[in-house]
Amino acid sequence: MIRLILHRLLVSIPLLLAVTLLTYVLDSFAPGDVAATLPQGQTSLKAYLALRHKLGLDQPVMQQYGHWLWRALHGDLGTSYFSGERVVNLLNQRLGVTLSIVVGVLIVCVSAGLLLGALSALRGGIVGRTIDILSIAGLAFPSFWVALILIEVFAVKLEWLPAIGYTSIFASPRLWLMSLVLPVLAVALHSITSIAKQTRDAMGEVMGRDFIRALRASGLSETSVIWKHGLRNAALPVVTVIGLVMISALGSTVFVERIFVLPGLGSLAVEAATNSDIALLQGATLYFTLIVIAINLAVDVSYGWLNPKVRT
Amino acid sequence: MSLQAASGALPAAAPASLLRRLLGRPLAALALLWLSLVLIASLLARLIAPYDPLDQDLLAMRQGPTPAHWLGTDALGRDLLSRLLYGGLPALTGIVEALAVAGLLGVGIGVTAGFYRGRYDRLIVQAVDLVMSLPAIVVLLSILSIFHNSMFAAMISVGLLGSVGIIRVVRSATLAVGSELYIEAARIAGLSDFAIITRHVIARIAGTIIVQLSLFAAVVVLIQTGISFLGLGVPPPAPSWGGMIFDASSVLNNDAFMLVPPGVTVALTVLAFALIGDGLRDALAERWMQRGAGKVAAAGGTAVSLSGPRRAPDLEAVLSLRGLVIHAQGREQPLVNGLDFDLMAGETLGIVGESGSGKTLSVLATIGLLPSGTVVSSGQMLVAGKSYDLSDPRHLSVLRGKVLGMIFQEPMAALDPCFTIGTHLTEVLRARGGLSRGAARARAIELLREVKINDPEDVARRYPHQISGGMAQRVGIARALALRPLVLIADEPTTALDVTVQAEILDLMRGLAASSHMAMLLVTHDWGVVADICDRALVLYRGTCIETAPVAQIFSAPQHAYTAALLRANPHNALPGTELPTVADVWQQQALVP
Repeated sequence: MIRLILHRLLVSIPLLLAVTLLTYVLDSFAPGDVAATLPQGQTSLKAYLALRHKLGLDQPVMQQYGHWLWRALHGDLGTSYFSGERVVNLLNQRLGVTLSIVVGVLIVCVSAGLLLGALSALRGGIVGRTIDILSIAGLAFPSFWVALILIEVFAVKLEWLPAIGYTSIFASPRLWLMSLVLPVLAVALHSITSIAKQTRDAMGEVMGRDFIRALRASGLSETSVIWKHGLRNAALPVVTVIGLVMISALGSTVFVERIFVLPGLGSLAVEAATNSDIALLQGATLYFTLIVIAINLAVDVSYGWLNPKVRT
Repeated sequence: MSLQAASGALPAAAPASLLRRLLGRPLAALALLWLSLVLIASLLARLIAPYDPLDQDLLAMRQGPTPAHWLGTDALGRDLLSRLLYGGLPALTGIVEALAVAGLLGVGIGVTAGFYRGRYDRLIVQAVDLVMSLPAIVVLLSILSIFHNSMFAAMISVGLLGSVGIIRVVRSATLAVGSELYIEAARIAGLSDFAIITRHVIARIAGTIIVQLSLFAAVVVLIQTGISFLGLGVPPPAPSWGGMIFDASSVLNNDAFMLVPPGVTVALTVLAFALIGDGLRDALAERWMQRGAGKVAAAGGTAVSLSGPRRAPDLEAVLSLRGLVIHAQGREQPLVNGLDFDLMAGETLGIVGESGSGKTLSVLATIGLLPSGTVVSSGQMLVAGKSYDLSDPRHLSVLRGKVLGMIFQEPMAALDPCFTIGTHLTEVLRARGGLSRGAARARAIELLREVKINDPEDVARRYPHQISGGMAQRVGIARALALRPLVLIADEPTTALDVTVQAEILDLMRGLAASSHMAMLLVTHDWGVVADICDRALVLYRGTCIETAPVAQIFSAPQHAYTAALLRANPHNALPGTELPTVADVWQQQALVP
């Protein structure tokens, strides 16, 4: 188990290096450079050259990257090209919001997805067809479109929940929760059905295996055979899918934060992209990659915990 | 498996082209129609759009659908239908760009990795894992930022990022195809690798590739819309589907209808790609299934009716079975045709027959656990003083464990890999035996000791993958004995085990039967096993009992010619250097087929 975690952490190092290097390499291929697009660089040639020097753009790419990496290892991700603030501070302010959404989505879609999937594997019928229809809708409509519909129904028409904005959990836990309901739902609707479908397939496969018949023959009740043995074995392939679903949900937070005006990492990344703030984008990319690594690690650990063959 | 395939009883259809199959599915045909419509409308937007997409009409702002503006207007009075039509082209261009990159890389790298394997393959697998862990949206934001909002750069990157998914699927499909004999034959015949890959591998997995690309296209539409929704790639005011959704979001309070035209268009387009992918996948699967099912159907034979007049159930017997008939769903010919037998107290009855004679089905029917696709049409069982209708398996679950215990052919597969040996026993003892946690634990250890397992405490803590097959069968026996059943049903309990282990398990079963006066029902095709531990044998041929007699009599004076044939086909009696006799040889030589 410990070896498993160590392995995952080891393979994460090349991932982090590749992701962060990517920006620098691509930047060197890009026509023109950032200094020319920033307002400070557009006043005069002298200002442009000074800015290039200040940003380190006059150095070779690998040297720029080496500098960035060295400082990053000491917890310094540079300053935003646009606002001049420290990138680490900007990102840390935003991290909590995105993590709140991701954890909310995880809770909602794992519990609902497993339950619906298992039900439809066993009953088929109405639950199965509802999941089919929902999963088609969840697949076809973009999460930001679903978010807008949710706002229209629950915030504009019914006025149950706030349409936009974010309240910190420290200010008011109740308002914090309410501000998260719609964003989490918008992202989760898609993910629930992916997990439910996967659970249904896995349950269907597991319930046909020999040991299920043997368990029934031993006299165990159907409840125990299905919910203890069936679901436990079906959970193994589902865990892998949950990991992939969460990584894609992380991508959806970019849109959902934008729509619900939530001050998270995703909306920060979009602002950075709109302002060509490469330093900030680089930091945001790093943070997103770290979250992905955390998700993969959690998947590995739960897989090991669920599967005795990996654990022992 | 064969039972389920046969129950479908599909006619072996002539191989139809995949496209025709696809069009035969109404949903997939509709999906193709929609995509063609979108393609034509987008290409001809200039000609058919009623307005210029940028023309503002401030007198007709935020109108719903009107005769002048079929889909209404936005906050600046721009015609939504025209914007929708013009927005199609950037979306479709994006799909083509991303698909081209993903298709070329995905197929090229996937096929070569699967074909050549080795170090190159391992490198590719690692690279794929790495790219799969990238936060795609954020990488795209960086690309858009660096390449000055170029949708082209973004879509090429989408293709690059998406190619890894295709590489994965294509690689495993190639691995599967590459291990087939005809690829090896092509190599030996001296074909170049390039010719083998293009003519044999890619041709074979083309369906899989198309399915993957189609599903990927659905994702690309969503990403393209997402990027334009953020105002990147296709900067406003230029029309784009995502941009139109963004426009709608800013006037949500006043005019929610604006969400409908772009949302539905995007959804239908995504859906169309996904449906085509799904339809293709099903059509492909169907093609393979039908080929398989045809074979099974052809292998079916006719049964022989040899059953005599029915006797009344024997009240002295522990278990008395009368008139068991089992059918595969939807087929006339019964798999088991009117089986009767009696199992006396302390007796071990062997049910002997060829594969497919219905031995296993008959015993599974007694505990109501027939595989899906097979049903008991009629049959009565008298056991523990009560009569049960076998055609209604719901009432049989009370018998499991307490009256009828069962062990299986594949001892390892009969254990749940996720739970310890101890749990397998204690859960039965607690749920059905009513024992407390501690008592169940102690009893489980005792049971393991009864089946002659050394160090039962240690074994109870182990998982199924940590024990041997022989030990797994001992555990299976311990579990079947947990509730002290009247009858132990054993379905070929030693077939999957090594010869030395077989003998140990048979010894164990004989000992248990003797010490507990438990009756045993033993399904086997091995005369050695019958001679070793059975008191009586029942010979089953194509679902019908043709002879039942004490073991000594069966061996010395078989009453029925088939029994004699089956005995002579015993490989243990074959002479070295001669062909092994088969039942069919002997049976047909004697021209006794009725």
